[in-house]
Amino acid sequence: MTYIPISPKERDAMLATIGVKTLDDLFKDVPAKHRFPKLDMPPALTEMEAAMELEDIAASNENVRGDLISFLGAGAYNHYIPSVVDHILRRGEFYTAYTPYQPEISQGTLQGIFEYQSLMAALTGMEVSNASHYDGATAAAEAVNMAYAQFRGKRKKVVISPTVHPQYRAVIRTYTQGMELELAGDDGNADLDSSPQELKSLIDENTMLVIVQYPDFFGRVYDYTKLIEAAHSQGALVCIVANPIALALFKTPGAMGADICVGDGQPLGIPMWYGGPSLGFFTTKKSYVHKMAGRLVGETVDSRGQRAYVLTLTAREQHIKRERATSNICSNESLLALAAAVYLSVVGKTGLRQVAELCYHKAHYAAEQLSKIKGMGLCFTEPFFHEFALCVNQPAEEVNAHLLEHGILGGYALGQDYPALKNHLLIAVTEMNTKEEIDTLVDILSEVNHD
Amino acid sequence: MTDATPKIVEPTIFDLSSPGRTGVTFPNPDVPRSELPASLLRADLPLPELAEVDVVRHYMHLSKFNYSVDGGYYPLGSCTMKYNPKINEDTCRLPGFLYTHPLQPIETVQGNLALMYQLQEWLKEISGFSAVTLQPAAGAHGEFTGALIMRAYHKSRGDAKRMKMLIPDSAHGTNPASAGMLGLKIVQIPSDARGNVDLKALKEQCDDTVFGMMLTNPNTVGMFDEHIEDVIKIIHDCGGLMYADGANLNALLGIVRPGDIGFDLMHFNLHKTFAVPHGGGGPGSGPVGVAAHLADFLPEPLVGILEEGDDETPPLFGFVKPAKSIGRMKAFHGHFGGGMVRAYTYITMHGPEGLKDVSQYAVLNANYLQARLRSTYHVPFDRICMHEFVVEGQFAGSDVRALDIAKRLMDYNFHPPTNYFPLIVHEALMIEPTETENKDTLDAFADALIKIAEEAKTKPELLHNAPSTTLFGRMDEVKAARDLVLCCWLPEDY
Repeated sequence: MTYIPISPKERDAMLATIGVKTLDDLFKDVPAKHRFPKLDMPPALTEMEAAMELEDIAASNENVRGDLISFLGAGAYNHYIPSVVDHILRRGEFYTAYTPYQPEISQGTLQGIFEYQSLMAALTGMEVSNASHYDGATAAAEAVNMAYAQFRGKRKKVVISPTVHPQYRAVIRTYTQGMELELAGDDGNADLDSSPQELKSLIDENTMLVIVQYPDFFGRVYDYTKLIEAAHSQGALVCIVANPIALALFKTPGAMGADICVGDGQPLGIPMWYGGPSLGFFTTKKSYVHKMAGRLVGETVDSRGQRAYVLTLTAREQHIKRERATSNICSNESLLALAAAVYLSVVGKTGLRQVAELCYHKAHYAAEQLSKIKGMGLCFTEPFFHEFALCVNQPAEEVNAHLLEHGILGGYALGQDYPALKNHLLIAVTEMNTKEEIDTLVDILSEVNHD
Repeated sequence: MTDATPKIVEPTIFDLSSPGRTGVTFPNPDVPRSELPASLLRADLPLPELAEVDVVRHYMHLSKFNYSVDGGYYPLGSCTMKYNPKINEDTCRLPGFLYTHPLQPIETVQGNLALMYQLQEWLKEISGFSAVTLQPAAGAHGEFTGALIMRAYHKSRGDAKRMKMLIPDSAHGTNPASAGMLGLKIVQIPSDARGNVDLKALKEQCDDTVFGMMLTNPNTVGMFDEHIEDVIKIIHDCGGLMYADGANLNALLGIVRPGDIGFDLMHFNLHKTFAVPHGGGGPGSGPVGVAAHLADFLPEPLVGILEEGDDETPPLFGFVKPAKSIGRMKAFHGHFGGGMVRAYTYITMHGPEGLKDVSQYAVLNANYLQARLRSTYHVPFDRICMHEFVVEGQFAGSDVRALDIAKRLMDYNFHPPTNYFPLIVHEALMIEPTETENKDTLDAFADALIKIAEEAKTKPELLHNAPSTTLFGRMDEVKAARDLVLCCWLPEDY
């Protein structure tokens, strides 16, 4: 079926007004030999048939709310989403609107984004936030572009910690290919045990940006204050890639002196959805706002003296500046920024802290129990949040295969990205994991060890 | 006016906060508490404190400030604001899609992978390309992906001197911005009097430094280029690649396949053509299709068949890496739930005939409106248009501008067309009706525009002061840029 609300009689009247006989007559500019190709596709389904087909496809997956117990994180996390969030998102007024180019009739979207910006600034301890990027990885890549612009291309080096998410590092490399930058710090020889302070030795007066992750990819929480001071002493900027739930508990990037804080907003009320869409948040200091990419909503008044909001500093953007724009970004993740804003509003100060503490306590309980298993132990001794590397005495993939037979989605096998860590399993625990699930994991891993 | 304390129509979520209120709370831990590392903790968490009902009322109030496709006619040119079928909202929220982790073993997510594979196949069939990546997150992200693919292709041939991207003067701003991200030199190509690419000007630019051309076809004045095959031949003859901006693909489904007429690559906007809702500015989804000679350069990973199936067993789907991939464009696999599942549902419910109907009726509606407005508004490129067209929002001897007409349309409860774009038309009003509007709506919209033209002569102040019936009036954009109030909360020492 289609969604075309025009009857044959109406169609004919319209064709007569236009002055042509048939619909096909409207396409004479299209080269005749390529006009009206026969598409080799299955015939249309009715809504009922389509609904059933999609239900079948979805049901053929094993999901983490019933089919599998999950301890998998590594950049996407299974958190509880309060019911309110999707009820708001499903308002047609929000999800069927376009980018708010006409502010008089888009104040819902605009005020929603303004509040999102405010909430993200509060959460990260930074001064300003934009309206969002595609995801955490592309937000990190845009941080590189911003730093490049800040130094007008005169500084060419980016120091990047090897424990920034491997896919984020890959995206930064894709984005910057051809820019003749030097990306240092995350080559195969990097010492993964070392403190982030070791990156200091790589920072020089050609360094435009230092990128670290918080907690890092292995879950470890470091205070980056001294590293940031060292970077600043060379004039370099620092970008922290942060987990937003961790920020409910730990010192903010702003408090540590970071210039930019980016990350993925998925944990804030957005389903994992097999990896997307989520949102990339991007917060920075107000002094960099003209170099920042992305949409920005500012407060103003309307002609009637009412407080209102508009897209502002649009002169940075592609539709005005074209090839001299700070970025080509146009559509971002507006609706999911709204999801994050609703989530942060409805869990609020109390609920977000509860979520973070639940993650922390459950992860620490899991770590403690797992490290009691003979032949297993935590790979690192640093403080961690809700994810930790477990060293096992066989390849992590084999452990995961065994866990899957018991309906458990194990951790992330770190050897995929770090060849030296082939017996390392990155375990994530959130508020969704019960003690019973953790105990089951411990029991099965104890068996693995005896096999 | 601007110095007075503004009236507050809806307080912000921070204004509404009251210390001690709680909304959704969480259980006490079922495990022993561990000690928190005191030196690493943050001092305060300055988030609002509200009850659930406070939050619901607040966002309900905000929702009522928005105009939307569900609420009315939204003829925003080049944005394809078609109706967003409700079933898509249900299918994309099935638990099997919502609650799958992007790094799960492929054996546990064969449904997702089969859907992605099938969508790649359908997009190939619709566009005439050989391979498709679903990874890009939006149209502009697709353009950037495409430009990187083009560079990788030239580089693989040892052809490093190509630095000139040709872009028509009617192009979307994202085109030069995307090419600009690669540091390419942008050369603007003028349009001719019929709205086509000016072939003479194009030939003058063609030499061995041409990287390629980015072309929207039909273009932003709604014209299918009458010499499209010549344009493509000129670019190919000088060694360039031909990029199609697929923003206007809604005119071409089952009408012509860009791959068949010689384009080398194109991005799709699933949020325009395939009814993924725009969400107030995203998430979109911008897959890229390429011809065979570019397939090796696609971003990694693609979905492929790892083991062929037979009558009894389905194939095993998984990820494959193209041989000379430009790399990864974002984390994970693209906008799966919000983009791909909705688009898949939409395509499966249309089939080949339904898709052709979409484009035929989108073009019918645009031509009908153009015919009804032609005698009132100047149509600078006046021939059969495709899915959209442009009129001039100005009248001889009147100081009324396109902006005034756009704002006055709000008083008639219509969303205005895109205005001041494309840049090649003075006081442009760019109208894209889409196929999901009925004749009554189109007639009411045409009647309103005709009446506004009359008002422009008799009562121009109605236009200058518009909108007057909406909840909010025109905005002080200068104040916003000058004051730069970007947060309702600021650090204490700020």
